[in-house]
Amino acid sequence: MTPSGEVPSGTSPALLLLMGKDRRSEGYGLAAWLVMGAVVIAIALLCISLGSVSLPLKVTWQTLWDAILGREAADGVAASILVHVRTPRVLAAGLSGAALALCGASMQGLLRNPLADGSTLGVSSGASLGAVLALAFGFQLPGLPYAGTMLMAIAFAFLSMLLILALAYAFDRSFSTHTIILVGVIFSMFAGSLITLVMAFSGEKLRSIAFWTMGSLAGSDYTQGLLLTLTLMACGGLLVLRAGELNAFAIGEENAHHIGIDVRSVKLQVLISVSALIGVAVSIGGTIGFVGLIIPHMVRLLTGPNHRRLLPASAFAGAGFLMLCDLLARTLLSPVELPIGVVTSIIGAITFVAIIFRRRGRRAA
Amino acid sequence: MMLEARRITLSYGPHEAVKDVSLHLEEGQCLMVIGPNGAGKSSLIAALSGSKPYAGTVLLNGQDSKALSPRGRARLVGVLSQRQAVHYAFTVEEVVRLGRYPHRKGWFSGADPAGEAMVDRALAWTGMGEMRSRSILSLSGGERQRAFLAQVLAQDPAILMLDEPADSLDLKYQKTLFELTETWARQPGKAVISVVHDLSIARRYGSHAMLMHHGKCVAQGEKAVVLKADNLNTAYGMDVYAWMRDLSRPWI
Repeated sequence: MTPSGEVPSGTSPALLLLMGKDRRSEGYGLAAWLVMGAVVIAIALLCISLGSVSLPLKVTWQTLWDAILGREAADGVAASILVHVRTPRVLAAGLSGAALALCGASMQGLLRNPLADGSTLGVSSGASLGAVLALAFGFQLPGLPYAGTMLMAIAFAFLSMLLILALAYAFDRSFSTHTIILVGVIFSMFAGSLITLVMAFSGEKLRSIAFWTMGSLAGSDYTQGLLLTLTLMACGGLLVLRAGELNAFAIGEENAHHIGIDVRSVKLQVLISVSALIGVAVSIGGTIGFVGLIIPHMVRLLTGPNHRRLLPASAFAGAGFLMLCDLLARTLLSPVELPIGVVTSIIGAITFVAIIFRRRGRRAA
Repeated sequence: MMLEARRITLSYGPHEAVKDVSLHLEEGQCLMVIGPNGAGKSSLIAALSGSKPYAGTVLLNGQDSKALSPRGRARLVGVLSQRQAVHYAFTVEEVVRLGRYPHRKGWFSGADPAGEAMVDRALAWTGMGEMRSRSILSLSGGERQRAFLAQVLAQDPAILMLDEPADSLDLKYQKTLFELTETWARQPGKAVISVVHDLSIARRYGSHAMLMHHGKCVAQGEKAVVLKADNLNTAYGMDVYAWMRDLSRPWI
C-alpha cells in the first residue's frame, strides 16, 4: 500500500479485507487489529522486563500470568517490582501515548492543520496550570497522594475547555476553526505565563513542579491506569466512531456541511473528547510533548489520511512509542531518571526534521 | 414544487449580498443563475443550501429548510462549490464515497451495495473511474472538480446546486458536465440550479434562467424571456448581444 492509499491491482479480496482495504468500511480488517495489538503487547512486555533490574521475557510473562491468576510468585521481589511498579507504569505510558496520539490525529483532521495536536486547543496548558497550582499550594486528598494534582488537572482542563469554547463562540457565532485555534493559542500563552508566575513564587517546591512540567510517569498506579482506560474507552471510542466525519472535516468544513454533517455538533463532540483525554493524560504524566504531533504524521505516511485507519493505528503507535520513550527515560542514565517529556521532545524533534527532509527530497526527485 | 424561496436576504456584516430574492423550482427544471461578478449568485446558492445564515424562507419539497436535519437537507440538496481546497492525500474514491454520508443508516449498519453502486456510477459518469485510487492532491484543478462532482452525484440529492461548476474544466468535460446535469434534471423528482457565467451555456442547457444584479433578481422565468437584450444590457452594463455576435462569427 502506498501513502496515497493505492493498492496493487490483482490483490485478492480476502487480502484486501485483512489489510483493511475493505471498500465498504475503509477501516482495518481483523488481522490488522490483531497484529497491531500483538506488537503493542510485545513492546509492553519488553518494557516491563527491562529496567534497573532486568528480567528475561519468559520470567516476566510467567510472573504476570501468576499475578493475573492470583498464584504465589516464585520470586517475591521480582514479582513485587513487576506487578506493583513496572506494570502500572508501562500501562500508564501506553494508555497516555494512545490518548495523546489519538487526540493529535483527531485535531489535525478536525482543524485541517497538520501542526495541530491536543495542546493546540490550550486545554493541555490549562490542565498543567491546575496541576502546578495543586503542587505549589500542596492541595491533596487524604489517603490519596496523587489525587489532588490529578483532580485539579482534570478540573482545570474542563474549565479551560469551557472558557475557550465560550470565548470562541462569543467572538464568532459560526464557531469557525480559525477562531478556535486563535483562542486556544492565546489561552495557552496566558496559562503558560501563569505557570511561570506560580513557579517563580513556589520556593522549595520549584524542583518538583519543574520536573512535573517536563513529564514523568514515575509512581503511576493501577487506579490511574483504570481512569485512563475508562476515558480512552468513552472519549477515544467516540473519536474512532467519528472517523467518517473527521474525514469530511479533513477535506473541508464547507464540504462536510454539504454532505449533511452536523458540523457544530461533531466539532463539539470531538473537542470535548480531546479535552477530556488530554486532561486525564496530563494529570497523570504531566506535559508530554510531540507524541500528538509526530505519531499521526508518521502513521499517516503508512496508512494514508483516512481516519478509519489513521485513528486506531495512531493509538497503537502512540502507545508503543510512549512505552519505549519511558523505557529510555528510566534506563538511559540509570539510576538517574530522565523526564519522559524530554525524551519524547528530543526524539520527536529529530524525527520531525527527518520527515521534512525526506519529503523535500522526494519532491525534488 | 421542489424548491420555493421567499424573500431571501443574506448579509455579510452591513453588506447585503442577496436582497429580498424569491424564486421557485419545479421538478425537471434546470435553472441557470446568471449575472455579473458580485451580483450575489454564489451567496444565493449558500442561502438556498443552508450553508450561510439568511433571512426569509426556503421550502424544500414543502418543508422548511431550517427545520430539516443536516442529513435530511443533504438528501434533498447537493452542492458543488466553486473551489475545492484539500490538505490531505485522500483517494478519489474516498472523497466520492463521502457523498453517501446522508444515506448512511448508522455506525454499525454494515455493507451498502446500492451506495457502492452509486459511487461506481458517479465515478464512471465523471470519467474518474480510472483515477479512483489516485490521491486527490495529485490531480489537476479540473480533475479535482470532477472528483467533487462525482461526490455530489453519489450523494444523489433531489436538487443539484452547482456554483460555477465549469470554471476549471476543459471543453470536453464542460460538455460532459452540462449534459449530465441536463440528464439529471430529466429524472423523476430531480431538478438543477446552476450558477454560470457563460450565457451560451445558460441558453443551451437551462430550461429556465434567473438574472441577478447588485444582489437583486432582475428577471426570472423562461430562459428566452430572461435572456432578452434589455435585461442583459442593464445587468452587465454593456451591449451583450453585440459582443456575443462578435464572438460567434465564423473563425475557422
